[in-house]
Amino acid sequence: MKRVILLGLLALGAVMVLLPFLWMVSVSLKPQEEIFTASARLVPRAPTLANYWQALTQTSIPRYLLNGVIVTGGILVLQVLVSVPCAYALAHRDFRGRGLLFAAILAALLAPFHVTAIPIFLGLARLGWLNSYAALILPFTATAFGLFLLRQAFGRIPGELIDAARVDGLSEMAIAWRIAFPLAMPTVIAFAIFSVTAHWNDLFWPMIATTDPQLATPPRGILFFRDAESGDNPGPLMAGAVLITAPLVLAFLLSQRRFTQGLANTGLKG
Amino acid sequence: MNRRESLTNLVLAGPAALALVLFIFLPVAVVFVLAFTDYQIGAPGMGWVGLDNFSKLFGSRLGRNAILNTLTYVAIVIPASVGLGLLVALGLHALARSLPRIAAILKAVYFLPVAATLVAMAVSWQMLLHPSLGLVNGWASALGLPAPLWLSDRSLVLYTLAGIGVWQTVGYNMVLFLAGLAAIQPALYDAAEVDGASRGWSRFWLVTWPMLGPTTLFVLVVTAASAFRVFETVATLTKGGPAFASDTIVYALYREGFVYFKAGYASAITVVFFIALLLLTALQVWVVERKVHYR
Repeated sequence: MKRVILLGLLALGAVMVLLPFLWMVSVSLKPQEEIFTASARLVPRAPTLANYWQALTQTSIPRYLLNGVIVTGGILVLQVLVSVPCAYALAHRDFRGRGLLFAAILAALLAPFHVTAIPIFLGLARLGWLNSYAALILPFTATAFGLFLLRQAFGRIPGELIDAARVDGLSEMAIAWRIAFPLAMPTVIAFAIFSVTAHWNDLFWPMIATTDPQLATPPRGILFFRDAESGDNPGPLMAGAVLITAPLVLAFLLSQRRFTQGLANTGLKG
Repeated sequence: MNRRESLTNLVLAGPAALALVLFIFLPVAVVFVLAFTDYQIGAPGMGWVGLDNFSKLFGSRLGRNAILNTLTYVAIVIPASVGLGLLVALGLHALARSLPRIAAILKAVYFLPVAATLVAMAVSWQMLLHPSLGLVNGWASALGLPAPLWLSDRSLVLYTLAGIGVWQTVGYNMVLFLAGLAAIQPALYDAAEVDGASRGWSRFWLVTWPMLGPTTLFVLVVTAASAFRVFETVATLTKGGPAFASDTIVYALYREGFVYFKAGYASAITVVFFIALLLLTALQVWVVERKVHYR
């Protein structure tokens, strides 16, 4: 009996958590006249894929999705390219300023992106780089969090293994990429999940760095789309919202354990 | 160390170090300088104004309103999302022994909002809470309840946004609490039972709650830090309105800096926001330290 009550309460909570998702899918499947009836129903009477067809063919949603892939992909590639050699040097090489660099990384962890936004905006404006993919991607090259995470992972690789690679004649750059990087793959994946989730979902910086709808990332784009339609056309809007949410939600459902650990261990939230 | 070695180190660590300076340390320094100027984006020059921007933020009705709204939002989201996160985690932890598959599915459902794109979900919330077309008021009027204007009633809008904030963060806290629960050794419960604590409540107060102490403190601080940054739902659903009833610190910094181009004033808001977060982080470090000693 106790177990039934427990299960019931948890299921009720789960339904409340799911409600916005269900409603989003429900509205996206309804024909316009059904959306605009006063008696709202969760289950569509006459489900149709017309809204999805409209969102994909007559709106800029595909463009936003493409921008999302370009921007999150660009950020991730740049972050990994810059961080892996540095994290390797921090973990397995001795050099002047190593302690200082590590202290700087710890300090940089404290500054959320909001704090640096105004000066970076001013700098990009001076260079004439606003409204470009570069403006959306470049400011995230420096990732204190990625550097920290990778350094910890590389530090767990035995020094003998690195020395053996040196004896075999591998260059330091080659050791970083061909020995350390593959061995730290679980950490790299956890960081990739964190980075892609944060930047796919980010609204703050795209709202600042770009005004051109052609450059809008998915969250920015959905606002352009909503404001242009001014609420007259919720069906395609909801279909667009589903399309934009789907990639990360599907990735989460397919690799739940990695995803929850990746996000929970990283302090990413909201 | 020979020259070649130094060059190797520079090639390996140089780009990342340069990026850290260029995109984090330099901007943070600049924002602290700008906070004491009247700089307007696009203006030819600027003047020093001392603490004027700060006295404007704390002295004006609008500035105080943004700070107060943020604190109210935080004060609702913290207890609600931490409390619910704990309850869900306790429930799922108990359920996992008898019905592991259902517990796993429920866990995924509760975590879903953390992974979902908040702006898209906010648009869905807007439709859900729509006065005439939305499901919530549809159900309310079917039950004979009043149908409030969730997002356009000045006395209600902040609470609605806080509700969405709770909805979004419960799953995250649940995961942290589940990890904390998994780390409690069963021997402790056996020992409690020997001491006569066999009922649910006494087990909870004697073993579970004290053992979860460090996790709880950590969850509290992380939740506070994320609630302080509330931006997406405000920008998507209310733009701080109606009549600044849902204006918050980060939204005010965005509006003053990038809509009105008052870089100096927006920098002062940024500095206040940053210092508040630093204090929270100091608290968090202290908590983690204690957690380490605890074990």
